[in-house]
Formats: sequence, C-alpha cells, structure tokens
Amino acid sequence: MVDLVRMLAGTRGHRRLDWTDWLSYAYLLLGLVLMFGPVLWLVLSSFKSAAALNEFPPRLLPYGQASVTVPGHPGPLPLFRVKLPDGSTRQLAELRRIGIQATMIDPERPEEEFKVNIRDRERVRAFHLALENYTEIFGKFAFGRFLWNSVFITVVATLITLLFNAMAAFALSKYRFEGQKWVFLLIISTLMIPPTIILVPNFLVVSKLSLLNSLWGVIWPAVATPTGVFLLRQYMLTIPDELIDAARMDHASEWRIFWRIVLPLSAPALAVLAIFSVIWRWNDFLWPLVVLSRTENFTLQLALNSFQGELTTQWNYLLAMTVLTLFPVTIVFAFLQRYITAGIASAGVK
Amino acid sequence: MLASSRLPLRALAVAIATVTLNAVELPMRALQRLLGVPRIGWVFVTPNLVVLGLFTFLPIVIDFYYAFTGGVQLDLRARPFTGWENLQTLFECGSYLDPSTCRKDLFWRAVHNTAWFALLQVGLMVVLSLVTALVLNRKILGRGFFRGVFFYPVLLSPVVVALIWKWILQREGLLNAILHSAGIAGPVWLNEPGWAFSWSVFVSIWAHMGFYTLILLAGLQAIPADLYEAAEMDSASPWRRFYRITLPLLMPNLLVVLVLAVIRAVQMFDEIFVLTGGGPGSATLFIVQFIYQTAFAESIRLYGLAAAASLVLATTLLALTVVQLRISRQGLSGKAGRDDG
Amino acid sequence: MASLELKRVVKRYATTTVIHGVDLTVRDGEFVVFVGPSGCGKSTLLRMISGLESVTEGDLWLDGRRVNDVSAAQRGLAMVFQSYALYPHMTVYQNMAFGLENIRTPRSQIDTKVNDAARLLRLEALLGRRPTQLSGGQRQRVAIGRAIVREPTIFLFDEPLSNLDAELRVQMRTEITALHQRLKTTMIYVTHDQVEAMTMADKIVVLNAGRVEQIGAPLDLYNAPRNKFVAGFIGSPRMNFLSVRVTGVGPDGVGVMTDANSPRAAATIPVRGESGLVGQAAVLGIRPEHIHLRRAEPDELALTVMIELLEQLGSTSFLYCVLPSGEKLTVQLAGQIDKEAGEQIEVCFATIDAHLFANTESEPAFERLKTPAVHVAA
Repeated sequence: MVDLVRMLAGTRGHRRLDWTDWLSYAYLLLGLVLMFGPVLWLVLSSFKSAAALNEFPPRLLPYGQASVTVPGHPGPLPLFRVKLPDGSTRQLAELRRIGIQATMIDPERPEEEFKVNIRDRERVRAFHLALENYTEIFGKFAFGRFLWNSVFITVVATLITLLFNAMAAFALSKYRFEGQKWVFLLIISTLMIPPTIILVPNFLVVSKLSLLNSLWGVIWPAVATPTGVFLLRQYMLTIPDELIDAARMDHASEWRIFWRIVLPLSAPALAVLAIFSVIWRWNDFLWPLVVLSRTENFTLQLALNSFQGELTTQWNYLLAMTVLTLFPVTIVFAFLQRYITAGIASAGVK
Repeated sequence: MLASSRLPLRALAVAIATVTLNAVELPMRALQRLLGVPRIGWVFVTPNLVVLGLFTFLPIVIDFYYAFTGGVQLDLRARPFTGWENLQTLFECGSYLDPSTCRKDLFWRAVHNTAWFALLQVGLMVVLSLVTALVLNRKILGRGFFRGVFFYPVLLSPVVVALIWKWILQREGLLNAILHSAGIAGPVWLNEPGWAFSWSVFVSIWAHMGFYTLILLAGLQAIPADLYEAAEMDSASPWRRFYRITLPLLMPNLLVVLVLAVIRAVQMFDEIFVLTGGGPGSATLFIVQFIYQTAFAESIRLYGLAAAASLVLATTLLALTVVQLRISRQGLSGKAGRDDG
Repeated sequence: MASLELKRVVKRYATTTVIHGVDLTVRDGEFVVFVGPSGCGKSTLLRMISGLESVTEGDLWLDGRRVNDVSAAQRGLAMVFQSYALYPHMTVYQNMAFGLENIRTPRSQIDTKVNDAARLLRLEALLGRRPTQLSGGQRQRVAIGRAIVREPTIFLFDEPLSNLDAELRVQMRTEITALHQRLKTTMIYVTHDQVEAMTMADKIVVLNAGRVEQIGAPLDLYNAPRNKFVAGFIGSPRMNFLSVRVTGVGPDGVGVMTDANSPRAAATIPVRGESGLVGQAAVLGIRPEHIHLRRAEPDELALTVMIELLEQLGSTSFLYCVLPSGEKLTVQLAGQIDKEAGEQIEVCFATIDAHLFANTESEPAFERLKTPAVHVAA
C-alpha cells in the first residue's frame, strides 16, 4: 500500500527507473489501449466490406474476398480454396450457387466446370480496403447534404459567436456605463442554466420565430455563449486602456476602435474561442434533435443517430460516416491541443 | 495591404469583413453621437442580451407557465390552467423508493437511474481522474502525449462515442471476440439491463474523465515543488506526503471537480440515448431523456409534464450550484454546469 | 495653434474630488508644464483638456470656443502617452497613418504627411517595423510622429519620458524642446520631474492634491516660491527648512530664533509680517547653494552643525549636516573642500536669501521686502 502511494505521490527526483516508474508506464499504456484502441478499431472496421464485418471472430485488419476476372464472364468472380474429391486442393472461382451446391471454374482453364459442396471450400482472402464504404455514402444517403448542414451550422454559428461575444466582452471590459455590472452578472449567470432545463419552452420560442426545421433554429440559440464572453473579457482586460485613448485621440469612432484595435489584439483569445465553438457546434446533439425533424436538415450527428436506430443497420456505411464525423475534431485536436488544454486549465471551459 | 496578400481566399475574406464592418460603422457612429461614449457600451452588449433574452431568460418564464398549464397544445393561449396538477402527477407515489408504486413510474425510474448513475459514475470517475492526474504529474517521458491520449475522447461527439462502443459491444463485436478466444461466450451486453447500465457508466467515464484529469493536473502543477522538498528534508513518508500535502492542497480543485461532475451526470443524455435508447426496458432511462420523450417523442406531447420535470431538474441543479459556489470562491470562473458554451 | 483657458475646472468621481477648481490660461505657442508629485491630479487635468475625461464643473475654452461637450477626436488635439500606446499590430507607418485614415484623408496626402514626419524624427528607415521591434527612444519618436501628422492645435504630453533611461531622457528632452521651437505649436507637458519642468517650460504649473499651487516662469518659481510646497518641490537639492519662532516684527523684517544652540541663531529676515505673529512658529527656508562656510558677515545667520555625510563631485560638494535639534541641513558648495564626516562646523547664510513660510505647506509665504540679488552665473 505504501509503495502504491509512493508511486502516486512522488515526483521522480532520481535518475534510474524504479518500479513505481514501471507501474506508471504500465498504467499509461493501459490507458493508451483503452482510450485510443476503440477509436482505432472503429477506423479499421470502417475499411471492411459488409461481408468482412459479418465475420465472427473478426480480423484485425480489413481483409476482403479475393476475386478474379475470367474472360467470358461478366464482373469479378469470388475465389475459393476447394478440396476436390480426388484429395487435391485448388483455387476456383464461383460462377453460381444453388443451395449447398456451387458451380465453380478454374480461372486458368475456364472451360471446365466443377460442382462443389460448399462445405468443402473456404474463401480466399486478400488485404482489401473497402473504400467504397466512403464513396457510396455520398450517393446512397445524401451524406453530402448532412455534411453541408453540419459545416454550415458550425461555421456560421462560430462566426456570429465570435462577433457577438467579442462585442459584449469589449463593452464589459473597456467601458464603465450604468448597469454594466448588472449586465455582466446576467450574462455570467446563464452559465448556471443548462440548456436541458429550458428545452421545452425554447422549442416554443423557436417555433414562434419560424425557425423550426431551419438550420438557423440551431444557430441562433447557440451564439450568445457566456463562456465566450467571459474568456474574451478576461483577455481584453489585459489590453491597455491607453491604446483605446490613443485611438480616440486619433479620431477613431468606438466601432472602429473595436474592430481595428481591440479585435486584432484579441486574436489569441478569439482563436481559443473559435476552436471551442467549432467543437461545441459540430458535436451538438440534443438541441438539433429537437429542432430539426426533416431528414434533409439533419446534421451529421442526427444522421448517425437515425441510421444506427434503423432495423437493419448497414454497419459498413455507418462506420464510415462515424469516422468522417470524428475526423475534423481529431484534426483540430492533433494540431491545437495546446490551446484547448490551456483554455480548460485556465478557465475551465469545456 | 490587400494587394500584397498572396492568398486570394484570405484577401477575399479580409475584403468581405472590411466591407461589412465598414457598413456597420455608419449607424454605429450615429448611435455614438446620440448616446455618448460610455453609454454606447449598451449597443455593444445588445446582440448578446437579445439572444440570451430570447433563448434563455424568456424560456425560463415560459417553463413555469407550461408547468402550471395542461393540454397538448404548444401555443400558450390554448393551454388551460391546471395549477399544481403536473407536479402532483409527478410526485404521486406510494413509496418514492419503489417506482412501480408511482403514478408516473417512468419518471421515478428515471430519477432512480439518474441518482445511481451519478453516484457510480462520479465516484469512479473522480478517483480515476485523480490517479491519472497523479501519474501524469510525475516526470515521465511523453507526458504531453499521454495527457492528449486521456483527453482525446472528451472532444468526440456523444453520438460518435456511443457508436464506437456500440460497435464494440454488439453481439459479434470486438469484446465478445476477445472473450470467444478465451473460450467464454459473451452476452449481448446492451440487451441485459444490468450490463447496459454498467456499460453506460463505463462509457460516460471513458468519454469525460480526460476533462477532469486536466483540471486536477492543473491543480497538482500549482503545488509548489519546494513543499515536497521540504517534506523530504523532514523525512516524511510518501504516504504522509500525499496525505498531508497533495490532498489538502488539491482539495479545492477536487471539490470543484466533484460538484461539476455531479451537475453534468444529472443531465446525462446524449451518449446514453444513442447507446441504449434508454433500454432495455427503462434500465438506462435518465431524467433528461424522460423530459425529451414526454415532450417530443410521444404521440401525445405532454409539454406541461415535461416542463414540470424540467423544474424538478432545475431545482436539483440549482441546489448543486449553490453547493459549488459555497465551496469554490471562483464561482464566476467559467467552470459551470454546461458544456456547450 | 491655439490658446486654452480653464475656468474653475472641477473633476469629481462619485464621492472624491480630484481637481478642485483650476484656473489657467495657456497662450498660443506656449510650452506649459504641469508638475507635481504623483497623485496630484496633473494627468487627470491633461486628460480633461484632451477630452478623454469629462469636466464635472467649470468651463474649458479652446480658441474662444467652449469645448466641455466636444469629444476628444473633435477637439483637434494630439496626445503622446506615457506608455506610448502604439498599436502593436500595426507598422510604424500604419500607426502614424491611422488617425489620418479615420478622418478620410486621401492616400496620397497621408503618404506625404507620414513621410514628412518620419524625416523630421529620423524614422524613415523604421516605417515598416512593428513597435515591438523598436527601442524605447524610437518608440517615443513614433508616438510623437503620430501626434505630428495630425497637425494638432495643441500637443499634449503625458509623462512621455518616464519609461526611458536617464541618458535617453536628457536627449529626448532636448529633442522635444527643439521640436517646439520648430513647430511653434502650443504644448502642454505633464511630468513629476522638476528638472524636466525647469529645462523645458515657458510656464510651469505646480499642482498639489488637485489644486494649483503656483503658475509662473521656471526661474520665478525658483526665486519666489509662493509657499512652502513650491519651494520644496522646485530646485535640486531641495530647499532646507528649519523651524523657527517669531520673536518680533518690525519695519526691517521679522525677527526669528532658530532652535539651534548657535552663536548667531537669531536674525531678522527682511519680510513683511504682522505683529500678531510674535511667539508663533514659522518655517525658515534656505537653498543649499546659498549657504557658505566662510566667516559670518553682519547680516548673516550662523549655525553650528555636524557633518553627517560628504559628497564630493569635483566641481561641486554636498554636505549633509545635522543640527543639534536633529534637523537636517544640506549645503552645496562650489569646488572641493577639506572636511570630513563627523566634523563640527559653522555654516552661514545671508538673511536676504532666506524665505519665511507659515507652518503649513500651502499657506502663502511671507512677502519679501527686498529682492535678493540673483546669483547670475558668470
């Protein structure tokens, strides 16, 4: 017990790896497998054909049915390793199958046909990335439409969020007007009001504004983020007031001061908020689920949810869509991890 | 300046931004003349306040109206006043410990599930986050990488998280394949009430622990190293060092994490809804899903009942928030019970 | 080019008053320096003139126009800030051009004006740089350049040199003075450094706790400080103050007795006084350079002091002495001296050089009956 605690409490001062270090690395390795493993498995699976996905137990890497093209027969024919009655084993291509009886030919000598019991053969496999999973979802499921909806909501909501929040943050950090404290508290207090508890009445508001089943119905309620105002205000407080005064002496109107001086100088904080906003809006689920009920308005998240609920889930397509959905967030994470973790550590934003 | 920009796309974006922002300048100048300098601040906060007013403050008021009116109409004027009826319906119960004796047994099942879920998920997650943060606080190779590893799932959408695990937990999924190779025939995990609930807890921990790990890690890194050196000089045992230095100094962060995690666990919806749909039966039905179903997914939409349940949830959250504000002085620091902005 | 007039100007925040009714006239082309200790309200007064702070009471007249309600931008003034306040995301050129762009000056004119100002301030080579790539002195010049291109009617400087090192400060001081002589524009300059005030100003305004203590030409302030505060603030090293008791009032002056147990501790200071003062406490002021170690002349006061510390700079020597009463006395002598710390010496000064003040800082000094001969450097 004491040793376990030493592992947890100690910060290593000495050079050699002692066993607590080994234990730490073991823990982290387990974490790596548990945290990344499932995502990796999803990605690998998404490259498997529908047939390969139906196999049990599954293989790690995507293997597909090997096939050959035989002259005189349309399309590629699936290959099997067949044990013939004479005891020899040969690779034959299947022409057709009726019940347990398959008609097969040797690709080398296509004129000779074999009747084979399907129990006497097994599939020949080859490494094969089922890229068709990715290409076909655009044709079969209007995936492009969902992608566009998600991108539209994410980009537009983020731009409006940045503008509105920066304006409010500017007023709250650079002016002293009557009621300012009150406004700040009002905005910050909404942090305590989770959207889940105003789901029902918000539905009414959005429907009265004729925003039901419109992408704007998802965008507008999301743009006044208190977290964003707070984050930007804290940053803008660090911009010296003398710069604002200098700009005033330079004949700049207040609006011009906002967008020529304060906005460019807040770029680092705006970048952090932009990253968070993109992730929030891309991942939104419950509110879009309530507002958007027509399939053509679905975001990626809604589309995924709706497909996984269908009776005959076509996992090969669903997995490909899931991978495409997590792809942007992964890219953002890979390149901007530093900003995200710094943002959370400092302001507790999520 | 525009001409010197080599990227045409960037130049276009700059041009569009310049044109629009310039267009706003004229009316803003007029307002500035009208209001004077400090009062123009009101104009800057107005867009935010309008949005918040329409989509946050107004709905709170309507929430109460809905909760005290009945019928299936969305329109406020078409709803008859029913007083406490909705709340009475929710709370009419033989014994609150046994949902089957309640008039709205589904609501009480959701309450029970949510309470158990919050207890288990938060307890396990906070311990795991603490252990992970302590390990990550050691001088280890690739610390940034491993921190990223634990954090990555936090950024995934709830739907994606649910699908990743649904794919692993399905009848012929990876987990059963692994068990198969060990000679065990695994069950259909999400079809069995006990397992479905346990996996809901596990999946939500998997998805969220990185966030709490990060907060605790920040807290650990704020503890001055010389405290440990002083303790080592005093030949304090590692256990004492953990118990007497790390734990007390980390306590504020730990409490914030604890309350935050409870506030969010009580609102759990997205990933469990996609993973199990609340089932099998009502084994993983939580309060928010009850609200959603009552108002939007049933053929008879009982907005009033859903609003009443929202008020119950809101009261719970308010109590938790008060607790949070009590124990953490940084109540306005942006650490709050919502994770969407 | 403009004149400026302040009439009973008051600034009040909620409950505290920081400017208590200031009257001031600045003539066209004058170089006026506001000087005073930190917190005296000099920067607030400047910001009220600029329009960045509102005027609570009183009137502000610019070229005969009341401008209380005219915004900062419309007053046509330019300001150089203590932190320079250069826009960090713009180049030197853009910094200087920003103000002109805001009033929609044609591109070609902006170019001419910025280039002219850059030439004047030797900034041509730096126009493409960002403020972070400049030295302190260069930033200072850009800040001045930004003010110049606007061709303001009055330049306002808010402690512009306080962020520079000593050497650069002296250099920039002469540059600003040269600039004033060249542009002949009205300039108002705020500083807490009385050396800057003395060297640069046509007219000094001494401020203390939100009130004007004295307004006048630098040497007038030095020679005839209106009260103890001004006397102590202007001049370096500081004027010595000794507490005295009034022993008599006559036509030749006021008889005083110092606390010191010295051979000639009593004297008559040639100032106008009233008989009611007899027996009251007052303060005698004497500048360090008016004290000497020679034998006392008849009209002089002599004190026995002990040297605590000695500073010999070669051309000048400073003696930091202490009286038996514990009061300190600084003596400044030309040349070098042959004394040591710890020695008892006798110091003397002419009563005509002495000032006599009431016991409080702001009460007016006793009016002098004779003007002392100004010590003109040969």
